[in-house]
Amino acid sequence: MTAPIETTGSEAQAQPEAVLAGIERKAIQGRSLGQIAWLRLKRDKVAMGGGILVVLLILMAIVGPFLVGDPNQPHNDLIDPMLSRPKTGFMHSGMSADHWLGVDLPAGRDMLSRIVNGAKYSLLISFLATMLAVVLGVVFGVIAGYFGGWVDTLIARTMDIFLAFPLLLFAIALVGVFPNSAFGLEGNGLRVAFLIFVIGFFSWPYIGRIIRGQTLSLREREFVDAARSMGARAPYILFRELLPNLWAPILVYATLMIPTNIIFEASLSFLGVGIIPPTPSWGGMLNEAKEVYEIAPHFMFFPGMAIFITVLAFNLFGDGLRDALDPRSSR
Amino acid sequence: MRRTTRRGIAVLATGVSAALVLAACGGGDDEGGGGSATFNQGNTSIVNPSDSKGGTLRMLRTGDFDSTDPGNMYYATAWNFSRLYARSLLTFKSVGGQGNLEITPDLASGLGQPSADLKTWTYKLRPGVKFSDGTPVTSKDVKYAIARSNYSPEVMEKGPVYFRQYLSNPNKYKGPYKDPNLDNFKGVETPDDQTVVFKLSQPFAEFDYLATIPQTAPVPQAADAGAKGGVNYAKGVVSTGPYKLDSYEPGKSIKLSKNPNWDASDTNRKQLLDNIEVQLGVAPDEVDNRQMDGSAEIDVAGNGVNAAARSKLLSDPELKKNADNPNSGFLWYTAISRQVEPFTNKDCRIAVQYAVDKTGYQNAYGGTTGGDIASTVMPPSLKAHQKFDLYPNNNGKGDPVKAKEHLAKCGKPNGFTTNISYRTERPKEKAAAESIKASLEKVGIKVNIKNYPEDGYTGGVVGDPKFVQKNQLGLMIYGWAADFPSGFGFLQQITDPGALKGTGSSNISHIDLPDIAKKFQDVVQLKDEAERNKVYQEIDKAVMEDASIIPMLYAKNLYYRNPKMTNVFINYGYSGMIDYANLGLAK
Repeated sequence: MTAPIETTGSEAQAQPEAVLAGIERKAIQGRSLGQIAWLRLKRDKVAMGGGILVVLLILMAIVGPFLVGDPNQPHNDLIDPMLSRPKTGFMHSGMSADHWLGVDLPAGRDMLSRIVNGAKYSLLISFLATMLAVVLGVVFGVIAGYFGGWVDTLIARTMDIFLAFPLLLFAIALVGVFPNSAFGLEGNGLRVAFLIFVIGFFSWPYIGRIIRGQTLSLREREFVDAARSMGARAPYILFRELLPNLWAPILVYATLMIPTNIIFEASLSFLGVGIIPPTPSWGGMLNEAKEVYEIAPHFMFFPGMAIFITVLAFNLFGDGLRDALDPRSSR
Repeated sequence: MRRTTRRGIAVLATGVSAALVLAACGGGDDEGGGGSATFNQGNTSIVNPSDSKGGTLRMLRTGDFDSTDPGNMYYATAWNFSRLYARSLLTFKSVGGQGNLEITPDLASGLGQPSADLKTWTYKLRPGVKFSDGTPVTSKDVKYAIARSNYSPEVMEKGPVYFRQYLSNPNKYKGPYKDPNLDNFKGVETPDDQTVVFKLSQPFAEFDYLATIPQTAPVPQAADAGAKGGVNYAKGVVSTGPYKLDSYEPGKSIKLSKNPNWDASDTNRKQLLDNIEVQLGVAPDEVDNRQMDGSAEIDVAGNGVNAAARSKLLSDPELKKNADNPNSGFLWYTAISRQVEPFTNKDCRIAVQYAVDKTGYQNAYGGTTGGDIASTVMPPSLKAHQKFDLYPNNNGKGDPVKAKEHLAKCGKPNGFTTNISYRTERPKEKAAAESIKASLEKVGIKVNIKNYPEDGYTGGVVGDPKFVQKNQLGLMIYGWAADFPSGFGFLQQITDPGALKGTGSSNISHIDLPDIAKKFQDVVQLKDEAERNKVYQEIDKAVMEDASIIPMLYAKNLYYRNPKMTNVFINYGYSGMIDYANLGLAK
């Protein structure tokens, strides 16, 4: 039953362009919305560049840690004992054939290895936190938008409260009182779960609001009326009629939420409430580097660039995806 | 009592010459500039000796003093600074090098005269000393100063309370703010205006060290009353030193000017400057840069320069010759808990002693100018220090073979898992913890790193035996400096079983050996300093044989010695920082 309904929806959405396309209507016949979007995306060079970078980054996070050395292995012999900075390399970074991006301070750990391993945690946390936020946001957004009335009021006000929360401060306070072991988890595993929870649980209202708005407009559409008049119940309409028409905004906003969450995770690590040291994280590296940025600028540059490139790649790809899926917004 | 205060003492380990004695008046070289200065010159001698007068000395500080009230301060920098306007009974000698560890009379005319049982100490005040308002100083002012600073914890909460600990107090005197009648305070007697007698409840051979604490500087009871009294006395301290306190705005500034009623026969200080201005709340890097660019003269915090300035100072020979890198009297160490499995077994502790890489620890604290690799509890800065190394491990690089031998002996040939704690606010301790983790994992000991806030670290974390056991903190990163520069001042709090109390003890290794407890009870009854030092050495060895403290570094600070300043020397009586009481400016 999904397919026909989707067609109905997509025709409704694709209509303006179909009218514009006019005579060429025959040439694109038989293409689904997904195919159209993919064609548009392919034409967008910037978005494709971002997309390729995203794929490479994910590959790096998954395969990379097996290719680089131990990120926690100190190399005290590479550090000048008097000036406490790397002895050799471009601008005293410790760069060499063994350490392509130099070594950190004061332990002399391989920078490349720490950045690659840092990517693993950065991406893992931001992906899972985004998934959590999307699930919560979609469920509550659809319920609020479809049912309206007091349910909508309750959920919308709850979202307002969440959005007004001084999140960073709250997260810092929460880490302080968090036990050393809980839910059968301990140490870093527990900390990762905690970060996913905090980031995901507090960012769902952003996507929730958008889904609610979309649902509000969708529920007035003819195909929903038709389903309702044929006696369909609420769960059927929610999951079979509305959700399939929401996948485009969900995909777009999830893609745009990931970079926000990467920065959020980096901020928490920078403030010392992220991953437990010595496990590398980009924010944690920036925190260590701020003590010595004048004598070892490379230490701040590389993790900073890692965050910059990752966030930029996700944003470019997300923007392109939005343009492709929802052409009315920009063209 | 507080632990990691910036108190401490150090004598230069590598000192070339004996102390150069400062010629009290005249004959100085009036040239400023520091053209012939050399690196570490201030460690052993007075640089730019001069009697050149005039000028305003500009001091900077990142934070603020704990207080300007001599009765309510604990940090070494505050104790050093207070000498500009407050004279204690005794003080440390104003000479260059190791000689300034010697206690010398200040407000008193001589050292303390102990009774045979070491329970009564008598000091005679120097005649003719006046407050800045012209009234003569009497023994009652000293008695009042002791009473307010030690018996009023509800008002004077920042300073140490050694006098309360050692003086007898038969009628439970509650301090002058609750009971202004000083006759009820029996711990100090004033038979006449020039005599102060301290009555102790137990023999204490090192009482003269306590008489150097600024808490013995006289305070007129009338000036410490009403709205201007108590904590507010910090803004209206009545001076006995060469300068008087004109204003103190917490977090902003301190201004001092010449005290016309200063007793010029004071050989411990000089009155060369017209004014002293301290700017508080300056950004750390700005403090370093402004000392070097000439818009200020000195960082009054006394912790040395930061990483960027350190690198600049050390790589430029023209700057380096105007730098000093003295011992600060601190020991950076890692305590091993004797309560936590498997460290209840001595061989497991010894295994860690062999396995740790102290060079990684040294890099964490700023490299060779941040500290020298340590092997004893007492730093070389103490007269009592004796060099020995029970666990030599490749010059501090770690000896995995020896470590594994001892792991096998303690029944854990494949290692074990433990936790290490550090203070969240201290990035150096974090790097140190990471370094320990890396070196112990080489021998199969897995280490989890845990961080706790600095505030309450001694009180509720490492100093609380229950917390340590519950959280299985086998290893604890810590640092220690003595409140007064003797073996007793350094060792007692961190190694004496008698210092173990419910919580908040600095004996965080939980050393409870009766033999060591006995030595501490006996040593304070020995009149002879050399004999006492022998006992301190025995205690140091006993602790190291027990292997419950891993000495990592004898800490050092790097100071920029501004060539414009005259009479600059490192005072080991105050954590090895530049002496403030004798500074002047070159013309």
